[in-house]
Amino acid sequence: MSTAIEAETAPDAGVRELSYAQALQEAMAIAMEADSRVFLMGEDIGVYGGAFQVTGDLVHRFGEDRVMDTPISELGGAGVAVGAAMAGMRPIYEFQFSDFATLAMEQIVNQAAKIRYMLGGSVSVPLVMRFPAGSGTGAAAQHSQSLEAWLAHVPGLKVVQPSTPHDAKGLLLAAIEDPDPVMIFEHKLLYKMKGPVPEGHYTVPIGKAEIRRPGRDVTIVANAIMVHRALEAAERLAARGIEAEVIDLRSLRPIDTATIIDSVKRTSRLICVYEGVKTLGIGAEISATIAESDAFDYLDCPIVRLGGAECPLPYNPELEKAAVPQTDTIFAAVSDMLANRI
Amino acid sequence: MSISGSPVQTVAPQFDNRPRIYGRLSKPQLHDALRKMILIRRFEESAEEAYMRGLIHGTMHLSIGQEASAVGSCLPLDDRDYITSTHRGHGHCIAKGAEVNRMFAEFFGKEDGYCKGRGGSMHIADPTRGNLGANGIVGGGIPIAVGAALAAKKQGRDSVVIAFFGDGANNEGAFHEGLNMASIWKLPVIFVCENNNYGMSTSTERSTAVRDVATRAAAYAMPGVVVDGNRLADVADASFEAVERARRGLGPTLIENKTYRIRGHSRSDRNRYRTKEEIASWQARDPILQLEAELTEFGLLTSDEANALRASVETEIAEAIEFAKTSPSPHVENLTRDVYSN
Repeated sequence: MSTAIEAETAPDAGVRELSYAQALQEAMAIAMEADSRVFLMGEDIGVYGGAFQVTGDLVHRFGEDRVMDTPISELGGAGVAVGAAMAGMRPIYEFQFSDFATLAMEQIVNQAAKIRYMLGGSVSVPLVMRFPAGSGTGAAAQHSQSLEAWLAHVPGLKVVQPSTPHDAKGLLLAAIEDPDPVMIFEHKLLYKMKGPVPEGHYTVPIGKAEIRRPGRDVTIVANAIMVHRALEAAERLAARGIEAEVIDLRSLRPIDTATIIDSVKRTSRLICVYEGVKTLGIGAEISATIAESDAFDYLDCPIVRLGGAECPLPYNPELEKAAVPQTDTIFAAVSDMLANRI
Repeated sequence: MSISGSPVQTVAPQFDNRPRIYGRLSKPQLHDALRKMILIRRFEESAEEAYMRGLIHGTMHLSIGQEASAVGSCLPLDDRDYITSTHRGHGHCIAKGAEVNRMFAEFFGKEDGYCKGRGGSMHIADPTRGNLGANGIVGGGIPIAVGAALAAKKQGRDSVVIAFFGDGANNEGAFHEGLNMASIWKLPVIFVCENNNYGMSTSTERSTAVRDVATRAAAYAMPGVVVDGNRLADVADASFEAVERARRGLGPTLIENKTYRIRGHSRSDRNRYRTKEEIASWQARDPILQLEAELTEFGLLTSDEANALRASVETEIAEAIEFAKTSPSPHVENLTRDVYSN
């Protein structure tokens, strides 16, 4: 897969085509070169290179002390990252699959997220947790979930979700440099996607959405791989004279409400597209944001949410596809929405 | 002191009736230890009284009867070293050098409290002195302690970490994951289980497959030591040995201090799971009275000195309560301060 998304300009830097996984790896290498406090922990991230080859050969470059294989102990591993961060290190903990966050929720939710506030601001927890997420790999219900909204519900955490190689590198570097715990959700289907990535150090600001495609007729707010499906749908819609604006959320906490509100005021229509389960998900938050804002008065029609089906992710490929929004689903939903426009 | 299966060691034999630790600690150090135990006792009794009078809300978990474990374990530590503590953590906090005025201020929910009134009894921490915090989650501090030790090792510091926890935590996954990781990475952690016989109302006989928690050390290839947790000399002796071992890079130790909490689990406890006779039998082994008697017997404490220690504690407590009462309350407009660093 390649992306139509253009990189933001980075001054004085060469731009190459890298995969999303390579971009993440480059971010970690740059951070480890620059800061001896940064180290990696996770299951099979050493000589194996990580389940999705994101850490790749980093162990050969930085050694086993800085690219540490852990036992299969997600709760303990997450807690070790919390303690190391409190004692002056900058750990990056890789979960093999985002689903395994469920094993570590205690340390993520009760400890990492709350320690700073609960302790009156006397200590910070500067850690990064990386979560390979999403469906489409035939791995079924326990290896395919999109749990980003769970963690985005927790004050004290920051949650980011890059959709391009450029943002993968820039958001991961921003996460590593952030003084607070940042959760980065990486869509597994994006790991091999190539795109332009500037050389050297740069960051993408946490909490800032990006308009990937401007348009006057409808705002599509999407995250992760849904950004690409929304862009594909938008191209097909353009052939029918419908100009969709596609917003890439990039950060779920903090969420960039200003960009969404401003867009809806211009387009008067909103569709939220996300892979997590539809009910009580990201779409509910975005819809409520519009309902509570002055953009509400600009709406020409009801808001539409396209989210994951109300079931565990199935194994059968046809069922799996049907369980999350696809390009066709988005195209159809926008077409329906605009069918009766005045 | 009891000895169980082969992996469990006991503290070194004594060749006269004077505990070995008395050869290591000066008379002022022993007086200071006694004073700290009295300070913990009077702090908690005064907090209990303030709670009855409605000055403190919420709940609290008193460690009355367990003071020797807190003070003895922390005797080998200084400010370069860390502790993680538990919901029953007031003693650990004072033993690690916290000031009771700021502790009372926290109980009273005031800005001068260790957590600026955001944490209360269960979250007191003082990172400047290596106290990474009490914890409301059973076993929550154990992996964090391992992480702090990992950080110290990576940074080339000779700090050690004590992870305090109760018998209840020894059946949590975090305990097993934490001990395993500390052992495979040979980290300077001393796991101190304060076995007070009950996880809330459930006795260790009903909850734990082994008689002595320390035997579980064998599963993680570290020394396991069973200690009379109501005898300061024994607790300190075991701690010094484990701390020295950890500082020499020889890895973790699991110490089990057998003790008893005289008060209920929390304010809601009606003591329906144990008998008055059982409580009385442990009150007869009060760690403070035992230490006073022992120091007197060995000519290390006169009754005048004991009285002077108690009087100075009373003054400190009275001044601390006054400090807490007059400390400013937090402003509601600062409700969300300190969730994030920036």
